[in-house]
Amino acid sequence: MERLIRIAKYSSIVLITFTLMAGIAIPMVSAPQGFFEFPIIPGLEQKARNIFYHVPVAWTTVVAFLTSMFFGLRYLRSKNSEDDIRSVVAAGLGFLFCSLATITGSLWAKFNWGSFWNWDPRETSIFALLLIYGAYFALRSAIDEEERRAKLSAVYSAIAGLTVPFFIFVLPRLVGGLHPGAKGDPSGSGPVVQFKMAPNMLVVFFAGLIGYTLFFVWIFSVRVRVEQHLYHLSQKES
Amino acid sequence: MNTVSASIALFIKDVRSELRTRYALNALLMFVVTSVSTILFALRSEQPGAQTFAGMFWVVVFFTAMSGLSRSFVAEAERGTTLVLQLVADSSVVLAGKLLANCALTLLLTTAVTILYLIVFPNFAIISVDIFVLTLVLGSLGFASAGTLLAAIIAKANVRGTLYPVLAFPVLIPLLMTVMNATTLALDGAPLIDAVTDLQVMAGYILVMTGGSFLLFEYVWND
Amino acid sequence: MLEAPSSIAVTGRNGSGKSTFVKILAGVLGASSGSIHFLFDGVSLPNEQRRNYLGFVSPYLVLYDELSPVENLQTLSKIRSGIEAPMDEVNRVLQHVGLEDRKDDFLRTFSSGMLQRVKYALAILHRPALLILDEPTANLDDRGIAVVRQIVEEQKENGILIIATNDADEANWCEAKIELGQG
Repeated sequence: MERLIRIAKYSSIVLITFTLMAGIAIPMVSAPQGFFEFPIIPGLEQKARNIFYHVPVAWTTVVAFLTSMFFGLRYLRSKNSEDDIRSVVAAGLGFLFCSLATITGSLWAKFNWGSFWNWDPRETSIFALLLIYGAYFALRSAIDEEERRAKLSAVYSAIAGLTVPFFIFVLPRLVGGLHPGAKGDPSGSGPVVQFKMAPNMLVVFFAGLIGYTLFFVWIFSVRVRVEQHLYHLSQKES
Repeated sequence: MNTVSASIALFIKDVRSELRTRYALNALLMFVVTSVSTILFALRSEQPGAQTFAGMFWVVVFFTAMSGLSRSFVAEAERGTTLVLQLVADSSVVLAGKLLANCALTLLLTTAVTILYLIVFPNFAIISVDIFVLTLVLGSLGFASAGTLLAAIIAKANVRGTLYPVLAFPVLIPLLMTVMNATTLALDGAPLIDAVTDLQVMAGYILVMTGGSFLLFEYVWND
Repeated sequence: MLEAPSSIAVTGRNGSGKSTFVKILAGVLGASSGSIHFLFDGVSLPNEQRRNYLGFVSPYLVLYDELSPVENLQTLSKIRSGIEAPMDEVNRVLQHVGLEDRKDDFLRTFSSGMLQRVKYALAILHRPALLILDEPTANLDDRGIAVVRQIVEEQKENGILIIATNDADEANWCEAKIELGQG
């Protein structure tokens, strides 16, 4: 396990650095040659670079949420506080990534479509996820007894999790929106956007996707260990 | 053990208690009247369009529902009768009974708001009655299906009602978006076929939320 | 391992966990470790059905004060098993606890002693195999205590009785005693 985490740590640092640099530095030209040149996507041009930052971060927040929900459900069956610790840590990281996703998304919206917020279905979804995280932590801080707190927040994350499919799959098709993949998009609507990215762009993109996910895994394990220590200390005091 | 008749018995108990004490009904109806009045003052002589009407309608419903839905469990907790229910009733019976009560409440609520709007706003013309009625019914059931489990969570967390809208709002967003959309269509006079996707989403939402509630409820209810 | 007919008193100082223990037996609290098995005629009874064989009385049990004793008994019996207890059974238990002349008045108007007696009526209505009493004579006057004694004797003959109490007299009603210590 330790080795895997260390691998995750170093590879995530490498991948993210690569993505950050490649995303910004590789020039976009009309006739790309070789790896270090991106094609220009008509309509997006330089703004396309946001794909390397915004999408992976949004993806990671969903991963974090699912992780939190998974451990929450596991807690309901096991009543083991280890599961609850993992659930909270994942939620905390998810909240962080969600804030980043909302900010990067909002910036892109400003540059691409003119205003910072439009209630496009995907914007609404990420905002809803932010609210869910907020509600989760508000609920936890309102309950003193440990077991009850863990149980109720796990149930809440589960019921909130049930709405996620609605956000990802249903709403974008229902209400026309700005994001690619919404109703009325000529390139087809659906949850996963089929971007016609050049192969080298795909490399950078997936590097970002995997890099941020591994980063999540690494920080998750670090924070879980910290919280476990804190928990055991507090148990000894009482 | 007949779960259905036991749940109905709990539902009837709630109805009977409510009719005798009238705590909730009066407060909620007054809440509706107050909210609509506030909107009336704000608009003065402005006549809003269909989309605004639809939005305003469900805003009033949302806030009144936030006041009313949590009562189902919080009232039992405040009066100390949770224990006798835990003792006597199966957890599914408790959920089913409270769901029925909340459905009745939301249906009553949306009907009241509709009547009030028809009286107060001359421009509130329900052209496609079929879409409107279906949306009203499915929307009400949707609020109850998501709101009941959340009410149980709040009651166990001992925080009264203040946290309830915080927990409920994000979970209700898919429902809110679809009912507002469908209501706009109804006010615009669209044919039923246009609203079919919205109605299907509402039905799906009700099923998912109800199913999820039944699976999760015992973890909330049992200590 | 308790077998009918038998009776046990659970004693211990305040805070020793008597109420917690009997609440776990009654199924209203979950145990953090260990498990309880109910056997009926040798066949294990699943959790969901235990409530039909249990009766429970305690000072902190609260019934619906906007309903009458009859309504409480009828409604709660229907919520418990899906079938409403027949009127003559309801009358029987209300008579047994001495409340037949107040049977249609709202519980809101009752004294704490009378409320305690309604709880006894509810507990014995379905003739439970296991009767659990937490502080059996709390709030009761001499007449009430006599009613409880009679119920206790009947339960000892036909089923299992468990009493949680601090009172030595009450504890002596039972054949055996368990004392809970610290922790």
